[in-house]
Amino acid sequence: MKAIVTVMLKNGVLDPQGKAIGHALHNLGFPQVGEVRMGKIIELELAETDAAKAKTAAEDMARKLLANTVIESFKVEIAA
Amino acid sequence: MKAAILLFPGINRERDMVLAVRQSFGVEPQIVWHKETELPAGTDLVILPGGFSFGDYLRCGAMAAQSPIMRAVKAHAERGGYVLGVCNGFQILTETGLLPGALLRNAGLRFLSMDTMLRVERNDTVFTNKWEKGAVFRAPMAHGDGNYTADEATLDRLEGENLVAFRYADINRNGSARSIAGIFAPNLRVLGLMPHPENLVDPLMGGTDGKPLFDALAAA
Repeated sequence: MKAIVTVMLKNGVLDPQGKAIGHALHNLGFPQVGEVRMGKIIELELAETDAAKAKTAAEDMARKLLANTVIESFKVEIAA
Repeated sequence: MKAAILLFPGINRERDMVLAVRQSFGVEPQIVWHKETELPAGTDLVILPGGFSFGDYLRCGAMAAQSPIMRAVKAHAERGGYVLGVCNGFQILTETGLLPGALLRNAGLRFLSMDTMLRVERNDTVFTNKWEKGAVFRAPMAHGDGNYTADEATLDRLEGENLVAFRYADINRNGSARSIAGIFAPNLRVLGLMPHPENLVDPLMGGTDGKPLFDALAAA
């Protein structure tokens, strides 16, 4: 079973990389781009058959290591 | 004062720290590999030097914070032991939870390698008592992620409890909240800062601005 953990900077935390990407997109001729936020995706192969248990475990991993909850929020999705 | 300097893979400032400690303490510090589970007997001060532990994978300091030796460092801090983290060492201390907040990518996105000026916010601590309060001194900095951040309540608490150790006194180049360059834990025995006082401790290095930090620790 695969867990997909998406880690993003919390709202209100300055995201200079997102800003720089936004500037670059404007320079490329995409004026419709507003705010850009950048994060990361971590895929975990889990030896687990129960989706609920997999999700609980992945959330625990996110809190302990994958995300720094001082500055980041995370979301866990379970893929078959 | 017996010092132990922690070594994680990717750390590159440990020799600078050895020089600074040797000169002020007159005693050789011990280098401790991150896989050790115990600090050398009688360690008074644990130093986490700068560098790029574990290649800054995931987040700066995140992997080092999980190293076996950090359990011993936490116990040392809980016993009231002294801890100094510089640059990557500061990042590791925030990732470990020994200091609040986090260090984000520099606001201007550039790696900053230059001298900065620091103001001493208080001089009644074992780290800063060789400076005058409000003294401004030069310190080299070299970091990509030195933008100190914490939620407003934490920042207010740090200021209210007088736990800001140093602020950028010239230009806040990395965008740190309230120009914070270094902070203390509430017991004033844990200090983390981004710039490198250990790189200005001898006239041959171009100055001795950082030496008071090590002289103060030596006298503790």
